[in-house]
Amino acid sequence: MSTSDVTKEGIRGARPGREAMTGAVSDGHRSRESPDRGRGGGSEFRSYYDQPVLNQITWKPQDIGGYLFLGGLAGASSVLAAGADLTGRPDLARPLRYTALGAVSGSLAALIHDLGRPERFLNMLRVIKWTSPMSVGTWILVCYGPLAGAAAVSQATGILPGAGRLAGLGAGAIGPAVAAYTAPLICNTAVPAWHEGYREMPFVFVGSGAAAAGGMGMITAPVGQAGPARRAGVVGSALENAAVATMERRMGMIAEPYKQGRGGALMRAAKVLTIGGAVGALVGGRSRTVSAIAGAALVAGSACTRFGVFKAGQDSAADPKYTVVPQRQRIRDRERAAAQEGGDGGEQGAQDPAGD
Amino acid sequence: MALDEQSGVRTGVPESAADPQDDRPRMGFFTDTSVCIGCKACEVACKEWNLVPEDGLDFTAMSFDNTSGLGADTWRHVAFIEQRAPLGAQETNLGRPEGAPDSVDLGMPSFDLPGAYTGEDERGEFRWLMSSDVCKHCTHAACLDVCPTGSLFRTEYGTVVVQEDICNGCGYCVPACPYGVIDQRKDDGRVWKCTLCYDRLGEGMEPACAKACPTDSIQYGDLDELRERADERLRNLHEHGIGSAQLYGRDPDDGVGGDGAFFLLLEDPEVYGLPPDPVVTTRDLPSMWRHAGVAAATLLAGITATFLGRRR
Ligand code: SF4
Ligand code: SF4
Repeated sequence: MSTSDVTKEGIRGARPGREAMTGAVSDGHRSRESPDRGRGGGSEFRSYYDQPVLNQITWKPQDIGGYLFLGGLAGASSVLAAGADLTGRPDLARPLRYTALGAVSGSLAALIHDLGRPERFLNMLRVIKWTSPMSVGTWILVCYGPLAGAAAVSQATGILPGAGRLAGLGAGAIGPAVAAYTAPLICNTAVPAWHEGYREMPFVFVGSGAAAAGGMGMITAPVGQAGPARRAGVVGSALENAAVATMERRMGMIAEPYKQGRGGALMRAAKVLTIGGAVGALVGGRSRTVSAIAGAALVAGSACTRFGVFKAGQDSAADPKYTVVPQRQRIRDRERAAAQEGGDGGEQGAQDPAGD
Repeated sequence: MALDEQSGVRTGVPESAADPQDDRPRMGFFTDTSVCIGCKACEVACKEWNLVPEDGLDFTAMSFDNTSGLGADTWRHVAFIEQRAPLGAQETNLGRPEGAPDSVDLGMPSFDLPGAYTGEDERGEFRWLMSSDVCKHCTHAACLDVCPTGSLFRTEYGTVVVQEDICNGCGYCVPACPYGVIDQRKDDGRVWKCTLCYDRLGEGMEPACAKACPTDSIQYGDLDELRERADERLRNLHEHGIGSAQLYGRDPDDGVGGDGAFFLLLEDPEVYGLPPDPVVTTRDLPSMWRHAGVAAATLLAGITATFLGRRR
């Protein structure tokens, strides 16, 4: 019997000190320096051969990233269109109504396309469940879609203008929900980079939606009527960037996927585009050309944010580090708190007698 | 006992809890990994009984594991962990209750006992941990909570099952599960996972894996009873100096309200690929909705503000 053998890390021949434990010593082998501790990189952790703990997200990035982006664009566009309508800016309201219809159709189509069984989409309407943001969101879309559609169709055809206006206002009222619900949708998972950002993600998403809708308004409306669109673009971009910064700060090491790799690149592109677009809206809003370019930057920046968030989520689910390290930390914090409480730690001690 | 009393409260979900009127016992698994021999009979029995399609036998280059993790087509997964950890020589009969019958020599082909010709110090620097993983049938099941079609449901046995005629393959349950259990079958579009042999339970039979397990590492039964048995076993192992033995998923106060299928492990959970402190994501959902509500109101107020002040 040989005492050296081949392990994943290479050949190991050196024999550690012999401490037989079955029937003898207790927790001898639980030393924190065990060779099975995962790779370093600052946060030591162990895993099952570096396999992810979670199963991988089955959603396709184009579909669900697009669904998040278009949903935000549609919702915020409807709000902006309703305001434009109420304040007598028909040339801003019109294109935004078309945008809202186009975007919500695209969003729904992307969602359906992503299903494993698209023909069973209507099964979503069997139930309404508050615990499932996808269920709630589908019902929101079911209410919102027809209103956005009626507003746009009436606008285009001139049929029933009164009803069309009313529908547009209704869509504007539901618009914020359309723009916001996708944040709980992705955060209500075990994906670390999504779940841990659940406080800020809705603000990232509504900011991003407002920036995109403002950008669309700047591209399509004459500068004379696009004032609110420019301001929405600026405010949306500021909200989005501030929320992303807060989120990354709070998440600590779980924010890494937002800074590294393709997710990081997308998030940086989003930052450059939305800030650039906002600056363009502020200084060049009176120029048709600058407006259009800045508007396009805002729209593109919003899309980059959604795809970046999606990619960061995928990366965080694929690496066991983001699952194990924070959970271990949580256990340690709990144990420390229990130890400080003194006698209170008894129960925990029974569960993990070998804990150090 | 029906389900955990807190079910509805913690997740705000009636769906995830059984009917409180229902006094049928909750059924589950206790998987005692300290006696698992890694024979994979459970994996095979599960595939056979549930007609789970073949999904490739690839050596993953990590030990003797050739299924690598739970998924749509692997409902029992035997993890193999090779460790440079001294366990001393393996002892049979460890932790056997007083008065239990002696172990039987199966007459396996061998000329001598393993290690009989090696010195004391040649033994025991290497150990294998084997563990048969499965869906935990959580008390607060994230997969069930997030399912938008109601395809996932809680059975009368307290288990969590997918209704394949309803699932539309939205895939939401996949990243929602904190254990990485449920997954989508690519060519089929729907998701699949352990049903705790729902069809066998109805006939009064135990699940196929438990039936096939030659060492009783997988035990099926009334969850309350299994928990007692597990506590007893843990006490025994601790008395015999195996201090690293720990129960996983047994505590009804943990982040998922306790598992319907829980484990006795000889190492930290993450070494087996299990999350050390899983929490059902829907625990934070009320707060998520509140934050989203404030964000939506912010959007409405913010865009309204863009129309105030100077005209154009
Ligand atoms: S382990 Fe995962 S798949 Fe099984 S019941 Fe819990 S959440 Fe659902
Ligand atoms: S994939 Fe099927 S079981 Fe899973 S959440 Fe969607 S509809 Fe429910």
